[in-house]
Amino acid sequence: MAEQPLFAVEGLYVSVEGKEILKGVELTVNWGEIHALMGPNGSGKSTLANCLLGHPRYVVTAGRVLFKGEDVTKLTADARARKGMFLAFQYPMEIPGVKVRHFLRRAVKAVKEKEPPVTAFRKLLFEKMGVLEMDRSFADRYVNEGFSGGEKKRNEILQMAVLEPALAVLDETDSGLDIDALRIVAGGINALSGPHMGILLITHYQRILNYIQPDFVHVLIDGRVVRSGGPGLAAELEAKGYEDLRKEVLKGVS
Amino acid sequence: MVVEKIDIDREDYAKKFGFHDDEEYVFKAKPGLSREIVEEISWMKKEPDWMRRFRLKALDHFMQRPMPTWGGDLSEVKFDDIYYYLKATDKKSENWDDVPDYIKRTFDKLGIPEAEKKFLAGVGAQYDSEVVYHKLREDLQKQGVIFVDTDTALRDHPDIVKQYLGTIIPPNDNKLAALNSAVWSGGSFVYIPEGVRVEVPLQAYFRINAERAGQFERTLIIAEPGSYVHYVEGCTAPIYTADALHSAVVEIIVKKGARVRYTTIQNWAPNVFNLVTKRMAIYEDAVGEWIDGNLGSKMTMKYPACYLMEPGAHGEVLSIAFAGRGQHLDAGAKMIHAAPHTSSIITSKSIAKDGGRTSYRGLVKVYPGSVDSRSTVRCDALLLDEESRSDTYPYMEIDEDRVTIGHEATVSKIGDEQLFYLMSRGLSETEAATMIVNGFIEPLVKVLPMEYAVEMNRIVQLQMEGAVG
Repeated sequence: MAEQPLFAVEGLYVSVEGKEILKGVELTVNWGEIHALMGPNGSGKSTLANCLLGHPRYVVTAGRVLFKGEDVTKLTADARARKGMFLAFQYPMEIPGVKVRHFLRRAVKAVKEKEPPVTAFRKLLFEKMGVLEMDRSFADRYVNEGFSGGEKKRNEILQMAVLEPALAVLDETDSGLDIDALRIVAGGINALSGPHMGILLITHYQRILNYIQPDFVHVLIDGRVVRSGGPGLAAELEAKGYEDLRKEVLKGVS
Repeated sequence: MVVEKIDIDREDYAKKFGFHDDEEYVFKAKPGLSREIVEEISWMKKEPDWMRRFRLKALDHFMQRPMPTWGGDLSEVKFDDIYYYLKATDKKSENWDDVPDYIKRTFDKLGIPEAEKKFLAGVGAQYDSEVVYHKLREDLQKQGVIFVDTDTALRDHPDIVKQYLGTIIPPNDNKLAALNSAVWSGGSFVYIPEGVRVEVPLQAYFRINAERAGQFERTLIIAEPGSYVHYVEGCTAPIYTADALHSAVVEIIVKKGARVRYTTIQNWAPNVFNLVTKRMAIYEDAVGEWIDGNLGSKMTMKYPACYLMEPGAHGEVLSIAFAGRGQHLDAGAKMIHAAPHTSSIITSKSIAKDGGRTSYRGLVKVYPGSVDSRSTVRCDALLLDEESRSDTYPYMEIDEDRVTIGHEATVSKIGDEQLFYLMSRGLSETEAATMIVNGFIEPLVKVLPMEYAVEMNRIVQLQMEGAVG
């Protein structure tokens, strides 16, 4: 029997408030792989990201999501997180009054089902913050409250670093970052990646792929993965733009 | 009706605080209120004649005044069914071993003797109408600090009590203050001499045990110039099908340069009407603070007040209210600026879930001539679902132009996006909502001493779990 893929999306149809956004998405991520999912605005990228973690607003009308061979399509977000799935949000929410370190400790406790010892956890947290070039005072700030765009994205990767998921879905983690922040965030993601996990990197631009080398690139247009290929596909897209590809696809359909 | 009330019981509250002792009272007055009952209370307490007359006059006020209708619905308060005086023991003790076993067990379960050992300078414990235990650390006694129950104070320090009692909240102030003045029993009397700073808190714990009990403690705190005290009160009651009534009066005098902080962590059972009058008079450069945590009760009406009497006086109210199913918490604050250069801050946080209702009701009054006074009011309400309700009634009576007044109010709902964010990090829906609520009340919790902060978070968690689960 062949080795189970880490993660597979099979014929996924998803609606939001009665409107069909995803129309049969197919995607497989194996252990150790980095996949880039690219697409123009409105193609369904964020819908896919939110749906993969079980956002209640996104209704799966057909197809399924498999994680380590298990059908997780009907599980709630917390159950998926405890199984090792993670989403870095495009727009992380503010949680006023809750300190980053308290939040992370609770999250680690929930995901690993074991309370991390205070001192060991602090050491781990500061170490990971060091990689992301975050000041230690960050740990005592309220989650995302008053954070700059770059700080929010770093905070997402920090969460990924301490939760150590098997699958990380990164939803436009590069958007809103200046070049220095992009380098730091990408460095953090590279440091975390490896054969113990898989990454689905969702992005509009090719820019972040200069820092993170994907094994595969997929293009999502109008709710379907219309092209898949190696890293070269990203460069091709950057040169031609999505519009050419969309025309090609439409031609193919007609 | 009975069925409906059982339905609002919170399972976790029941386990932790909802127990009750069999009634073994040495004296239990007939239910209902009359001149005879008031005379009887005064006689049993062997009070001076002036107090007996004070009570009877207050009873007249109570009888004459209509029920207030401007706040919560009080039509279900059955004044005729309430037991106004319940005395469980003849003894008042300075040693827990002398407290009757079953009462001591109650306070053990509530963790009071343990807290006393760990971090308190003095403790009072009231069981229904009477205080059963009172103790102040010896070094503080030597410095002239007085911390006794108010009945003892009336006996041992009659002059001070007579000088101050009823001066901040006169018996005819409002119907419920009149009721308390007529039938009061127990409560704390605190006297801090000039310049004495009591660095660890004094705590009083108020426990209602009997069904249909009325608890009417009367607290009086006098802080002489330059002194400091932090007084903490906690409250719980068993869960019965019939309603109980808690109606306290708290009067505080904060003299020149003194500072008093009064912290309440009330966690009443959902069958308690909690109708309390609390007021501080704050003098030159003195600071008075109410930290008010209102959880539980069927209906709470409570508006701690600061009367800023002289230049430089500062008053602060920081309150939270958490209303669950079948509960209405109508809470707020009053700031009365009666002198120049006075300042006040009101911060109100309320949470409503499962159809519960919170109201913020507040008054800022500035008298003519109170120039350069400042007041800031901030009310934030958090609704956990569509059925719950929150209202804001801010009243401003500003009769002076040279003042700075600020008011901000927000109402927010726990959003699906916030919940999803936290749940995507492994927290269950209840854990996620609890975290958001704890974050919401963090500004209040962080000013509590650590032990109370832990207690507050725990009570909030119970309240969250009680209804979601």
